[in-house]
Amino acid sequence: MAVRRLHPDQPATFAFTAENLAWAENRIAQYPPGKQASAVIPLLWKAQEQEGWTTEPAIRAVADMLGMAYIRVYEIATFYTMFQLSPVGRKAHFQVCGTTPCMLRGSEGLMDVCRARVHHDPHHLSADGDFSWEEVECIGACANAPVVQIGKDVWEDLTPEGFGKVIDAFADGKPPTPGSQTGRTASSPAGGATTLTDPALYDGAKAGGWQRQFAEREAAAAEAAAKAAAAPPKA
Amino acid sequence: MPKTLIIDGQTIEVDDGITLLQACEQAGVEIPRFCYHERLSIAGNCRMCLVEVVGMPKPQASCALGVNDLPPNRDGTPKVISTRSPMVKKAREGVMEFLLINHPLDCPICDQGGECDLQDQSMAYGGGGTRYSEAKRAVEEKHLGPLIKTAMNRCIHCTRCVRFMTEVAGVEELGAIGRGEDMEITTYLEKGLHSEMSANVADLCPVGALTHRPWAHNARPWEMRKTESIDVMDAIGSAIRVDVRGREVLRILPRVNDAVNEEWISDKSRHVVDGLRTQRLDRPYVRVDGRLRPATWDEAFGAIAARVASAAPGRIGAIAGDLAGAEEMFALKDLLGRLGVTSLDCRQDGSRVDPAAGRAGYLFNSTIEGIDQADAILLVGTNPRLEAAVLNARIRRRWRQGGLVVGAIGARADINYGVEWIGDRPSALADVVSGKHVFAKVLAAAKRPLVIVGSGALARADGASVLGLAAQLASQLAEGKDGYNPLSILQAAASRVGGLDLGFVPGKGGRDLAGMLGGDMDVVFLLGADEIDMKRLGAAFIVYQGTHGDAGAHRADVILPGAAYTEKSATYVNTEGRVQMTQKAAFPPGEAKEDWAIIRALSAKLGHALPYDTVGALRAAMYVAAPHLARIDATPATGAADLAGIARLAGSVLDAPFAPVIGDFYMTNPIARASAVMAELSALKAGRSRAQAAE
Repeated sequence: MAVRRLHPDQPATFAFTAENLAWAENRIAQYPPGKQASAVIPLLWKAQEQEGWTTEPAIRAVADMLGMAYIRVYEIATFYTMFQLSPVGRKAHFQVCGTTPCMLRGSEGLMDVCRARVHHDPHHLSADGDFSWEEVECIGACANAPVVQIGKDVWEDLTPEGFGKVIDAFADGKPPTPGSQTGRTASSPAGGATTLTDPALYDGAKAGGWQRQFAEREAAAAEAAAKAAAAPPKA
Repeated sequence: MPKTLIIDGQTIEVDDGITLLQACEQAGVEIPRFCYHERLSIAGNCRMCLVEVVGMPKPQASCALGVNDLPPNRDGTPKVISTRSPMVKKAREGVMEFLLINHPLDCPICDQGGECDLQDQSMAYGGGGTRYSEAKRAVEEKHLGPLIKTAMNRCIHCTRCVRFMTEVAGVEELGAIGRGEDMEITTYLEKGLHSEMSANVADLCPVGALTHRPWAHNARPWEMRKTESIDVMDAIGSAIRVDVRGREVLRILPRVNDAVNEEWISDKSRHVVDGLRTQRLDRPYVRVDGRLRPATWDEAFGAIAARVASAAPGRIGAIAGDLAGAEEMFALKDLLGRLGVTSLDCRQDGSRVDPAAGRAGYLFNSTIEGIDQADAILLVGTNPRLEAAVLNARIRRRWRQGGLVVGAIGARADINYGVEWIGDRPSALADVVSGKHVFAKVLAAAKRPLVIVGSGALARADGASVLGLAAQLASQLAEGKDGYNPLSILQAAASRVGGLDLGFVPGKGGRDLAGMLGGDMDVVFLLGADEIDMKRLGAAFIVYQGTHGDAGAHRADVILPGAAYTEKSATYVNTEGRVQMTQKAAFPPGEAKEDWAIIRALSAKLGHALPYDTVGALRAAMYVAAPHLARIDATPATGAADLAGIARLAGSVLDAPFAPVIGDFYMTNPIARASAVMAELSALKAGRSRAQAAE
């Protein structure tokens, strides 16, 4: 992680859209009176969703809405790395996971792709302004490492070539389905199941045999009852 | 319920609710600390105060651990705390090593050297060397305004400065951005600090990250002679320490006085230092043919004697300025009395306060410490943030604790805490007195209400009426409160209460300030009086006794160079009536003399030699005239009974809004006006208000 600073080029103003403003006011209303400042992270997050990144006017606007000092919101925006302090790509911002499992599975290769295709340095726009990238800490999909988060979704099981195709698809405006890019379901084994493959496991021959005792008990009880009915009563 | 603890083998009973660090201090054990400060909230982030609590597996941060969280052991024996065990020693060495990882080893060029907590504590508690060989981090300098010099590489992130600005100064401008290793202390977009108390953060900084820019690289602490004195920039009388090297005052620092300033002083009190060196009057001058010509003391006295001899006593007057000590006012009054002169005034702001109505009419009767118990405050024609920044910080602290309602009548201003604005003119006060305004109920319901009246509210044509109204309100509020007196006059000038105590006001048939400014006086003696309209003195022969070449000296016909408050031992009475004495820290420049001695010498020339040759003899005479001045540091109590006479002053009031007392906080007296630092601050503030006006 590096020192996080506001971007030198900032837009002049920021204002929530009518829809986002209503959302923000609703969010503020969820906190008791005097505790509006608690809504600062949701509001900053909404502002970032709207603008793509957290701008300086947005920091001031959120502070004014919540009655906070500018420095207090500035502290929060620089503390949490989820707030992008510099502009991000129009079409996609690639968040390449660089934590140990992804690193062991080749995240460096993915970052090389970013360096080659987007910009040499993270947090910079590509020449056409479509893309930007950064290295992030664990995204929480280690079983499918290496992974890249774009927006709110995660693309998993990436290779440099596969990641290249994802970038192409974003460039074309047709993002591929998120999740594993090798076709497996969630984090199931890559080459299909290797254990628990015996069909007998599922027909009751091996597993589930214990259920038979209930049927046997029932049958025994019925037989005993029949016998008792058939026997002549003692004189 | 007191708690029993065993600290380093010593069994001690401590109060409920204090922290373990405070308990250790009560046991006489020193605990090293960086982030902890008695007057700020607890942060617990430096970890230097680790101690061992037997039974707890890890060392504990004593500053953040309450003694209530240390119940006795299961067998009923008290908890055992060790501050000298090997575990604590190792923990302290470890913390110190971490703190020093990113701290540059630039003590030889650091201004904090010699009074640096980190330096001292690494000597006392640190290990011998470092195991760290990697590169240290580098942090850019931050712009925190003209008073604070930053060297952010040295910052150890104790956040004392952030907490001070937020909690005490009430200006949320400092913060810590980033996180972890990249954490940095800064302001929003580095716009600098906008507070009258900002320089205190450099005192609080335990390392050399924030130092005083105006004094940068001036001196080492051990080179300076330290004199404990009293500040005169406002009427609070903050306790200060004057540091001098040779003849030069190099810096002024706050001292602890819980009853007055706790341990803060305003930026003006602190950085007025360079004003003590510039524009000084260092020799007598006499105006010859329209030009001021350097003269000897004899020539100057001769010129005065010649003129006084030909003037009728009724056409001689004297005005005492805002920085005059009680001794010189007493001597001057004594001398003029011997000449038959009764036109005296120490109220150069034109205040209508009359000492004949009793001390309760011009004192902060509830005392400054009384603010801590206040639950409702009415501010009348005052902006305490500018008139008494330190007192304002106390109100703010009380307000932050909750349960304090503040109402204000006067010009709207940002006072740093929640204020309900009731009105801007005396009629609003009349409404509160008559119960018409709803705030009257708030005050009536309060257990310890305060009515703080600014000196500006009394320096109007209807000043006496305003004071009377306030006294009426105060006597209403005082009912059933055991003689508690809620009327609190907030004076703005250090000399004012002393002058009123000595009766430096017109005697029988004498003229007051307005009368003397009528333009038909023959001789007017200005004792450091610069804040009056010199044009209105007409053709009078002006004797100016003072320290700086300010408005009074420019108009003067004879200049007698006096001593500033750091250069003489003089008595000042603060706004709550607390008698305090400055101490002589340096010598007056050139031929300048202590003020009482000048008047004594002049009296001999005028043929009415004053009967005291030493300051001790003068004080003995002064204590006969005003016995309470002898009781240093006492605040003579005034009771609610004193209010009745003042309440009778109430009459009709003008329909004009209260004007702010202080226009430019940084330019209120001749010393401040001579200071380049104050000029810079003043210009910055003016620029800011222009920018705000333009928006």
